[in-house]
Amino acid sequence: MSEQTLTTNGKIAATLTRKDFVSDQDVRWCPGCGDYSILAQVQKVMPDLGIPKEKIVFVSGIGCSSRFPYYMNTYGFHGIHGRAPTLATGIKTANPELSVWVITGDGDALSIGGNHFIHAIRRNLDIKIILFNNRIYGLTKGQYSPTSEFGKKTKSSPMGAIDYPINPLSLVFASEATFVARSIDTDPKHLSSVVERLARHKGSAFLEVYQNCNIFNDGSHKHFSEREVRDDRTVNLEQGKPLIFGKDRNKGIRLYGVKPEVVTIGENGVTVDDLLVHDETAPEPNLAYILGRMQYPEFPVPIGVFRAVHKPTYDALLDEQVSAAVTAKGAGNLEKLLNSGETWVIGPDG
Amino acid sequence: MDTPKLKDQATPRHQLEELDAVTIRFAGDSGDGMQLTGTQFTATSAIIGNDISTLPDFPAEIRAPAGSLPGVSGYQLNFSSHDIRTPGDEPNVLVAMNPAALKMNLKDLEPGGILVVNTDAFVESNLRKAAYETNPLEDGSLSGYRVFKLPITSLTMGALEEAKLPHKQMERCKNFYALGLMYWLFDRPLEPTLKWIDQKFSKMPEVALANKLAVKAGYNYAETTEIFTTHYRVVKSDMKPGKYRNITGNEATAIGFIAASQLAGRPLYYGSYPITPASDVLHELSTHKNFGVKTFQAEDEIAAVGAALGAAFAGNLGLTGTSGPGLALKSEFIGLAVMTELPIVIIDVQRGGPSTGLPTKTEQADLLQVMFGRNSECPVAVVAPATPSDCFSMAIEAFRIAIKYMTPVVYLSDGYLGNGSEPWEIPSIESLPRIEVKFRTEKAGFYPYLRDERTLARPWAIPGTPGLEHRIGGLEKQHITGNVNYDPDNHDFMVRLRAEKVARIAQDIPLLEVSGEPEGKVLVLGWGSTHGAITTATEQLRAKGTSVSSAHLRYLNPFPRNLGEVLSRFETVIVPELNLGQLALLVRARFLVDAISFSKVKGLPFKVSEIVKKINEYL
Repeated sequence: MSEQTLTTNGKIAATLTRKDFVSDQDVRWCPGCGDYSILAQVQKVMPDLGIPKEKIVFVSGIGCSSRFPYYMNTYGFHGIHGRAPTLATGIKTANPELSVWVITGDGDALSIGGNHFIHAIRRNLDIKIILFNNRIYGLTKGQYSPTSEFGKKTKSSPMGAIDYPINPLSLVFASEATFVARSIDTDPKHLSSVVERLARHKGSAFLEVYQNCNIFNDGSHKHFSEREVRDDRTVNLEQGKPLIFGKDRNKGIRLYGVKPEVVTIGENGVTVDDLLVHDETAPEPNLAYILGRMQYPEFPVPIGVFRAVHKPTYDALLDEQVSAAVTAKGAGNLEKLLNSGETWVIGPDG
Repeated sequence: MDTPKLKDQATPRHQLEELDAVTIRFAGDSGDGMQLTGTQFTATSAIIGNDISTLPDFPAEIRAPAGSLPGVSGYQLNFSSHDIRTPGDEPNVLVAMNPAALKMNLKDLEPGGILVVNTDAFVESNLRKAAYETNPLEDGSLSGYRVFKLPITSLTMGALEEAKLPHKQMERCKNFYALGLMYWLFDRPLEPTLKWIDQKFSKMPEVALANKLAVKAGYNYAETTEIFTTHYRVVKSDMKPGKYRNITGNEATAIGFIAASQLAGRPLYYGSYPITPASDVLHELSTHKNFGVKTFQAEDEIAAVGAALGAAFAGNLGLTGTSGPGLALKSEFIGLAVMTELPIVIIDVQRGGPSTGLPTKTEQADLLQVMFGRNSECPVAVVAPATPSDCFSMAIEAFRIAIKYMTPVVYLSDGYLGNGSEPWEIPSIESLPRIEVKFRTEKAGFYPYLRDERTLARPWAIPGTPGLEHRIGGLEKQHITGNVNYDPDNHDFMVRLRAEKVARIAQDIPLLEVSGEPEGKVLVLGWGSTHGAITTATEQLRAKGTSVSSAHLRYLNPFPRNLGEVLSRFETVIVPELNLGQLALLVRARFLVDAISFSKVKGLPFKVSEIVKKINEYL
């Protein structure tokens, strides 16, 4: 079991539509930006979740992606650079009944906000994090980001970036994430299905979306994300199924020791039974980690749900401690608190 | 009032003499348990009805090398039969557990004062570590004091023969032995400490037994030997009738914020990252979850304030606490709180700086940081408790203002207030102010940046409220609608509006009161933890017939609305501060008065005598 069953209020779920989640603000992303697709899929999924919109909060940091909350007709908090997970922590722990979402980018989450990002995930706080990875700083007009490829020439790296990029998935596995997924802005069907899985996970849920910045880093993911090549250059992870990909569904991933390799079914005696079978519920994230590091062109890029396991959430544990303290000591009594410890009385005669 | 000197009595053994007030300092290695000894003496003195004021003074290192000068830890307390406000300028009694403690503290002991030394620690290696070329116990350098040389370690070991403890652990009971000696010397009962030991070590009966034996042995030794000819009594203070407890500033801060939460009927949410000297607030609050208090130990200072702000957005009382370096890290988030106009309170228990500075020592040098240490025009309200017990009242004030005006409020305490203690008259619940919380629920006509006409506060509309879905953030807001807006005139208007909102808090805080004549030659103006020293100094001078008044600011932004007028009634305004003149700078700029800054930045509070001397220059 990897999904929670949300309490659905039939009435509300039935009456809400995608339009109810569209705010009155004009969307100001550049025409052609991949952000539009993500916004559309999130707005599409929202009514199906059965959560009243007043109980939904979108929180963001700084960057193009972080304008997202303004366009959702829910509660929203546009924070400061890299710090959205901290606001989300306060909102969710103060009121665990809220559905709290963090919208972030590669610079916001992995550079300036790296510390908050890993710790929010580590605590298994019940929040949903969507990272728009366009491998560039767009809002500041085109500097390299922590996911930009080595050697990338940008405004701030005219001779090529000498930073080695970080792999977001490796980082979230190291942070003990309980839900990890990846999708692509140009594949709306896949994207909406993964967003829905993300929404229904109880615990820190992380989704990386490969998103195109058509102004400063156009085509960054196109080698595997475009419709014509996608089947051959990505592999869709499905629970309990072997890793098969390709237009002809004849290629697969086999594990050789701890190294993945691409094989062709029917060649050199390879059968479907030789292929790696995906298990998102594996207690240890080791295999998911290996998959998360597979990159084009050596490998097809895995998309889908890498990991979905369960453990108690921080917000629920904190609430339990409050209840346990009330059970053990009784509800707080201010009079008793003020009069605790050694006290003495001075009478009118001193 | 001057503290009378302890007189040497050439009378038969065990004369009992009555004194008005005594200042004792316990000093030893940081592993010697001097803080514990000091707090026990304090608690006992409080229970028997003395007024007290304390000054713990300890190194930043948990255990600097044993016997070294940087490893010396001290605890000074002043206990009295009358009203006192400071831990005393010069100790009348110094207990020095080793040569390093003697070296570091002797200069403060009053001439002719009582010096109790543990001779067992005066061995070659310790003397060398304390940079003594000759043994001060033998070279005549202590002839100006009444020295009591006692082999405290071996006396302790001897007394503990029946305790079945390893050698090392028995040796560690020597602080209780010293405490026992002092209990006899100042005629204090042993029972409160014996009871405390039983509770504290209930799971370690051998340790409890050893400590009890040590404290009793110290007491009996003093009584049965002729080493002290006189012992002293400080009768209970003529404090105002009422019920009292001893409280440190940090404890009062923590329970003050719990009280604020109860009075507002909203849960308290405390986000914090461990930092000296503010961590005790986190420790204390984390034990009170049964009040609905949620404590969040964040990954860093930024996350701590971010979570507090998120909690405030969600309708809790968002609180964060830190010291100067942590406040610097929180600055950007405080700016966001100003822009989003949410009620959070930021505790700053100030310490010596800049940078890491003097983590365990006190200072008041963050005032300008909290006033101006953010980008752009970013006003916050600032309050500052004046005494350890005032920390309770000002905590409630901080949230009363934050909620009423929908603004961040900085609560400026300091290490001396936080760790210092005094008797606190426990207030009745009925006497505490109510804090009104009005969440917006009305859908009709709602805009996130509507304004209350009087306070200019915007509505507090929390997630979960149907129909009030809205977005806030750090970008400039359009007046009323709260939409993102870059219009020049709107920005100019909003900058002024945010300033005006904070300025209007002045209509809601008490006027500044003057102690002494309402006009005259000299006014001593202070803020924060200097209250005790300033008040005592000016009272002493007035008792001698001098015209000197004092006033103490507990509200630093905005100032009480009569401050300018008060200042104008005096020929000279002196501003003593534990910084290089930050309040002086503010009042000079605001009121064009030629205020005289009297500054000290030694990591220690003012002595009364220092302030008296300064005032005398202008009389």
